[in-house]
Amino acid sequence: MKVKEIIEILEAEVICGEDLSEKEVHTACGSDMMSDVLAYVKDQAVLLSGLVNNQVVRTAEMMDMKCIVFVRGKKPDESMIELANASDMVLLSTKKPMFTACGLLYSHGLRGGNG
Amino acid sequence: MSNSVKLHYDVSGEDFTRAGEASGNIKKVLKEIGCDADLIRNVSIATYEAEINMVIHANGGVVDVDIFPDHIDIVLADQGPGIKDVELAMKEGYSTAPDNVRSLGFGAGMGLPNIKKYADEMKIETEVGVGTTIRLKFYIK
Repeated sequence: MKVKEIIEILEAEVICGEDLSEKEVHTACGSDMMSDVLAYVKDQAVLLSGLVNNQVVRTAEMMDMKCIVFVRGKKPDESMIELANASDMVLLSTKKPMFTACGLLYSHGLRGGNG
Repeated sequence: MSNSVKLHYDVSGEDFTRAGEASGNIKKVLKEIGCDADLIRNVSIATYEAEINMVIHANGGVVDVDIFPDHIDIVLADQGPGIKDVELAMKEGYSTAPDNVRSLGFGAGMGLPNIKKYADEMKIETEVGVGTTIRLKFYIK
């Protein structure tokens, strides 16, 4: 699915990287624990998280992820947006909670991958 | 040996939000050099985990990178409290990180095991009350 479909499905607000919304993504993971993302995730392009700090963007950067969705209406701050822009990453914010956001994306064909 | 690319970073222990700057920069340099994507990711994850450890446990430290034609050496040295029991620290799930670090998304006890997983070679030199040095080697295939 394309990033722009994620935006539609989750009724998400685009925080930055709107010009990258045509990017294709196939797998995602949902976690508030960055330690686990770094340890267990492989080749996932989308990170859903309710945690909001610079290290969420840094973690996604190290994992070569393309898009972060902040759930429960969480919003990243300026320094996170700066980091994301430097790594060509899309930041989205949805009001939906983690479980619902993951379920909606899964039911539209996004998968968890091998992580 | 003289034709290696050398990088040096001072990691501040004061500001958790800045943790990862060194790793981010190393990643950028490796990309510019044109390293393989898998290698870049392995180096990035291992270095980032070690950098986070430095900030959480040791009030910062220094990172030195040496990029050779066939391998990359990375040395992360701190003057923190040292690791009392390295074998225990290498166990998945074992963590001495304080609760405030967990609320930031770290401290699951996966750092050291994860560094070992992503690096081709890992050596830990540590002394309680003196500090810890982690030496990582990555082969360029």
